[in-house]
Amino acid sequence: MTRQDKHQLKVGLAFISPWIVGFLALCVYPLLSSAWYSLCDYSVLSPAVFVGAQNYRDILSDEVFWKALSNTIFFAAFAIPLGLFVSLSLAILLNFDLPGKGVFRTIFFLPSLVPMVSLAVLWQWMLNGELGLVNNLLNPILHALNHLLGTQWSAPNWLQDARYAKWGIIFTGIWGVGNAVVIYLAGLQDVPRHLYESAEIDGANFFQKTLHITVPVISPVIYFNTIMGLIGSFQVFAVPYVMTSGGDGPERSLLFIATYLYQNAFDYWNMGYACAIGMILFVIILTLTYVSTKLSEKHVYYAGK
Amino acid sequence: MALILLGLFVFSGCDHEPSAKQGRVVIKYWEKWTGFESDAMQAVVDDFNASQDKIWVDYSTVSQIDRRLMLATAGGVPPDVAGVWGNTVPVYAENNALTPLDKLAAAASVRRENYIPAIWEICSYRDHLWALPSTPASNALIWNKKLFREAGLDPERPPQNIAELEQANEKLTKRAPNGRLLSIGHLPEEPGWWNAMWGTWFGGRLWDGQGKITANSQENIAAYQWVESYPKRFGADNLLAFRDGFGNFASPQNAFFTGRVAMVLQGVWIYNFIHNYAPKDFEWGVAPFPASDPVTGKVTAIVESDVLVIPAGAKHVKEAFAFLSYVNSPKPMEKLNLGQRKFSPLAECSEEFFRAHPNPYIRDFVAYAKSPNAAYNPRLTTWSEYNNDMKNAVGRIWSGKATAIDALNDVQRRQQKVYDQRLARWNRLAPELTKKWNEP
Repeated sequence: MTRQDKHQLKVGLAFISPWIVGFLALCVYPLLSSAWYSLCDYSVLSPAVFVGAQNYRDILSDEVFWKALSNTIFFAAFAIPLGLFVSLSLAILLNFDLPGKGVFRTIFFLPSLVPMVSLAVLWQWMLNGELGLVNNLLNPILHALNHLLGTQWSAPNWLQDARYAKWGIIFTGIWGVGNAVVIYLAGLQDVPRHLYESAEIDGANFFQKTLHITVPVISPVIYFNTIMGLIGSFQVFAVPYVMTSGGDGPERSLLFIATYLYQNAFDYWNMGYACAIGMILFVIILTLTYVSTKLSEKHVYYAGK
Repeated sequence: MALILLGLFVFSGCDHEPSAKQGRVVIKYWEKWTGFESDAMQAVVDDFNASQDKIWVDYSTVSQIDRRLMLATAGGVPPDVAGVWGNTVPVYAENNALTPLDKLAAAASVRRENYIPAIWEICSYRDHLWALPSTPASNALIWNKKLFREAGLDPERPPQNIAELEQANEKLTKRAPNGRLLSIGHLPEEPGWWNAMWGTWFGGRLWDGQGKITANSQENIAAYQWVESYPKRFGADNLLAFRDGFGNFASPQNAFFTGRVAMVLQGVWIYNFIHNYAPKDFEWGVAPFPASDPVTGKVTAIVESDVLVIPAGAKHVKEAFAFLSYVNSPKPMEKLNLGQRKFSPLAECSEEFFRAHPNPYIRDFVAYAKSPNAAYNPRLTTWSEYNNDMKNAVGRIWSGKATAIDALNDVQRRQQKVYDQRLARWNRLAPELTKKWNEP
């Protein structure tokens, strides 16, 4: 290393140091300390006592944890694909060269600016079984269907009924697709025009172009949004927490991993146990991210490679 | 520069009583109340600050006080006084978060016999005193007299036991031709704030006071079979749809004020809500919530209390206690509780207090709190989890997913395990903590 290199290294490190300090203090340290506390009986105010893998053993036999995990997986399994489909479709539609497209883009992005808590309160009322807007829309349709088919369908009590509560949260999540739409829109600007043109010469229709050109070219963006969606879904907290007033929802149908972690840490004074849940959540997200990276390696196209 | 100086001058002027604070010990007091409840305490704090020149109480409202107090205490920067819920005393005490008050109380002649017994118990845990009460409450059956009259019931005679409650319920319940519920006499789920404690009126307890959780005792099973009878009689989906149409509790759409539910289990604070949200001609009565037959003859009510604590590691313990005992002297205590429309936790209360109190039934609520049968949340460090499990059990019973017996057996199994673990933690910490708590 020449003197010049050394100098540049120092300057570089100096410039990046705020990030390094922040990363060490706010990410690495909490991660390591929670790994340590996950092996302790720790109530925050009394000294932590090492108990080995006890917390992990307890988690394995804790039916509420499994309930929370299955709720979270259910949520992720439906929220991620649905969010992906809705946001990508919206982005493609908003990418059409139409008059007033800026206005539409703004309208679809606006809900993402609503704070989570307001969003939750708003949807609490939208999904109200008797008075909610959603059911006011659904009821006439169901009545008509009942009339035609002789069935007895009625609109569900979304958040009060364990069978539908998670669907309520999943639909609420669609309101937040604005961010993903913006990212997709940026990706769509980068799709080379000449590919569409040559496909058109070959007689490709809109769906063929979308499937064989748009999606492959923006695959890195889809990949990015999927990973973000994965992380976000497994950490879902604010909306169900507010909608259930900090509770579990009917029959614990709205108890997610992050809520259960929070309850253990701050309501039950089981910080050690909460840290163990956090570590498990960390490993789950890490594994899923790794797996999806591996699986998508062949399908994600990078123009720069 | 001139602008900066001017700015400093203006901002320093914002601190409205700098001279009054000077030379005094300033104690920080965190409270959870807002609105008129906060104003009532502010008035008492102002009186205290004006009554002497040694201590200044800095009073502020803090959101999510229980969590913030936990973190501030862990971080070594707790306030000197905090207002928390009485049912959190055990968990704070056992986790070394509070200063024991026994010796300070003894020195200031603050004694058990000066208080309503159940409220003193709420302030105590493991033979130590950890808190002094601020604003207590008891609950009762509140009924809508007009609906009683319309249903051909005597509006001045509330049900005396569960069987009578259900007879009245039958008469008060109205259904649409298609079977949909229009209104109901009583619904344990409205508002369902004491869902974990229905056993109280059936002679049941949730804990034996020693090492055993008793969620599935015979009495508790009887209580929750009574709860279970509701979805069985009215249909789970029908009840779900009916309840979903209820408005917010603190609104004119409250199911009790709109006449959709004729009898509710509610606390002393219901007066404020009726005053603010019920129709002007709303006629209501207060009586002990009816017990099942085995305990007839005694008033059964649940007593709760907001309490004042001195967190462990507080800088000015003596001064903080001086404020606590000021609040707990008769006049300020009555002023505070008159402001909050509750009642004094002290055993003696002046006639002026009752005369000035806007709640026409305030004497009844005091009497229920003083009943030898008055119950309170089990003094368990695991109460938060236990309560959550009981709520979930009621949810399962309510939707018909589990029978009362199965749901309570599940709670029993889980909560006994949780409690055993917490006892193990306590046994490990006890030698050191008890030594510390008994230090002179």
